[in-house]
Amino acid sequence: MLRYTKTAMLLHWLIALLIICAFTLGLTMVSIPGLSPTKLKYFSWHKWLGCTVFGLACLRLLWRLWHPAPPYPPTMGKLQQLAANMLHGLMYFLIFAVPLSGYFFSLSAGIPVVYLGIIPLPVFIDPNPEWKPILKLAHHTLNWILLGGFSLHVLAALKHQFIDRDNIFKRMLP
Amino acid sequence: MNIPHIPITMRAGAAMLLALCLASTASASPLKTDNTKSTIGATFKQLNVPVDAKFKKFAAQIDYDAAKPDASKASVDIDITSFDLGDPEYNQEILKKEWFNAAQFPKASFVSTGMKAGAAGSLSVSGKLTIKGKTIDVSFPLNIKKDGNSTVFDGSLPIKRLVFNIGDGEWRDTATVADDVVIKFHVVATP
Repeated sequence: MLRYTKTAMLLHWLIALLIICAFTLGLTMVSIPGLSPTKLKYFSWHKWLGCTVFGLACLRLLWRLWHPAPPYPPTMGKLQQLAANMLHGLMYFLIFAVPLSGYFFSLSAGIPVVYLGIIPLPVFIDPNPEWKPILKLAHHTLNWILLGGFSLHVLAALKHQFIDRDNIFKRMLP
Repeated sequence: MNIPHIPITMRAGAAMLLALCLASTASASPLKTDNTKSTIGATFKQLNVPVDAKFKKFAAQIDYDAAKPDASKASVDIDITSFDLGDPEYNQEILKKEWFNAAQFPKASFVSTGMKAGAAGSLSVSGKLTIKGKTIDVSFPLNIKKDGNSTVFDGSLPIKRLVFNIGDGEWRDTATVADDVVIKFHVVATP
């Protein structure tokens, strides 16, 4: 079984870990009522995580363009391969779209992002009360789609490992 | 009886003098602030992120005579409950006791105590700033420019929020919300 490159594996697992942290932190911070220093910190950390995911996603896409994924085993039917490719495509789209929607949501609320509290990131749009609820909804919706995609991705990996026993999961393990 | 004869030139002179007097009283009365064009806001940093907020309701009284700038007077009353951070929930939070305590101190105010003409089009303003029941002496430069019929006053006044106990308790930590706050104003007034 051919595997992904070490770089691709590192980026995959790092992005996965950061997304899980950002997602959990996102749910936690919005459940804090009112305003508190902890809430403000969580919001900033959440944004830093999201920006990191976006940066790593850019690197990952570039890497992927020059390093194609290892082929699927012949035991996988054409339809199954198509489904896998579509889900991977969706996940790729979301690792860009989720951070971007959050970034623009923050800008529309008049809060620019200062990465790690040190680097002010570009302000592409002025505060916009009309776009704010739309971008908020977009960020939330994309996240629920990401959760759905993530669940399918994990379930598929488990199915390949424990039901099909086709070792496909090993492609992503060092 | 003879009506005393006043030469026509003298009568015209008296009329002009009267007109001048009227004109000078008119310019000594306060300017009319155009609240649709004027803004008062505050900029601060939370976790190093600059945030702009504004006061939507305020009343500014400016008594300014370009010929006698040192005699100018200014006072501003700000409705604390009109503070807008861009989020209705946060706007409510900020009125609570540890922040502005708006229930007890619904207004902030500034009253000038002295003006000194500075470099072209600027005034050095001293006065008393009251926020959350605490009054301190402040001074700041004020830029003045004519724009058609109106006069535009621009300035910014850096303050320390903790001097006024704005953000008390757990909010005293300046690593979360910085102590430095800049009050910025842009007042457009017409005679």
